Amino acid sequence: MAKRSTPGLNTSSMADISFLLLTFFLMTSSINTDMGISRKLPPPKDENKKEEVDIHKRNIFVVKINSHDALLFDGEIGDIRDLKTRAKDFLGNPNDLENLPEKIEMDIPLLGSYRVSKGVISLQNDRGTSYDMYIQVQNELTAAVNEMRDELCRIKFGKSYNDAEKEQKEAIDKAIPVAISEAEPTKIGGNN
Amino acid sequence: MARFKKKNDKGTPGLNMGSMSDIIFMLLFFFMVITTMRQSSLIVKITVPQATEVQKLAKKSLVSYINVGVPLEPQKYGSEPRIQLNDMIAEVSDIAGFVETERAGHPEDERPFLSTAIKADKDVRMGTISDIKQELRKNGAFKLIYTTSRRAK
Repeated sequence: MAKRSTPGLNTSSMADISFLLLTFFLMTSSINTDMGISRKLPPPKDENKKEEVDIHKRNIFVVKINSHDALLFDGEIGDIRDLKTRAKDFLGNPNDLENLPEKIEMDIPLLGSYRVSKGVISLQNDRGTSYDMYIQVQNELTAAVNEMRDELCRIKFGKSYNDAEKEQKEAIDKAIPVAISEAEPTKIGGNN
Repeated sequence: MARFKKKNDKGTPGLNMGSMSDIIFMLLFFFMVITTMRQSSLIVKITVPQATEVQKLAKKSLVSYINVGVPLEPQKYGSEPRIQLNDMIAEVSDIAGFVETERAGHPEDERPFLSTAIKADKDVRMGTISDIKQELRKNGAFKLIYTTSRRAK
């Protein structure tokens, strides 16, 4: 009578309860982290200070998108499929051509002396440009920079940019900066 | 022979379910930890554009979202693309306050890493986006992310 053992707790419904909770979190969770193209905005223009723009024409590559999503590279009508190659040729200037950007000698850790391009891609869009087109152009320009970084990384460190160490990436980023400048918004043709 | 017969009488033993709950609990904790509850539901329709050169957003808690798209309830908010901040339809001028609130909600050492993600529908015109960008520039929120989905190369 005194030595009666306590009956075991029935835990079979425990699994059901935790299943229920599990399903709840399964459904509410979103593992897929958002992805995107990151950019850094320039600080606001100082009205009092006169901007000293000292960029030679050869150092600028103008990309314009009008309100009908048509592209203009340096005054010529262009196609988005050519944009990446054009941007790479411009920023890289492999043959040191006269009409493509100058380069400036810079001392970069890990890379030593490297001739950094002074080229800037100027992106101008109309208020009527579609966001989709704008993103496609940004994407192509990013692709150009990323490919150039990858190529340099393979030459210097013998591995792809994605596999490089943090310091190596920083060095490469310094050698090939994201030189995309966005003009103050203006209307550039096409009706809005 | 008799020995074998005795064993057969017992039938198949029941599966031990004791560790089942442990396994489920483990899964449960996993999902509890990684989960981020949807902070606000969208009241504008957004299909983000696709891109190939995408990066993962660094830390979700450091990103504040600006949604732009055509409202889901056009009879209430009109059929033109609108800006949604948190749970409300807002104007471009409200962004200043929004940036300020986001900044105040984070400890000081995290503030330099705060970034803003523009999650806009692909049919939105750049005029709206430019206005937002100008407003962000004025308020010192320089780190910007254009939210896109990944497209195969």
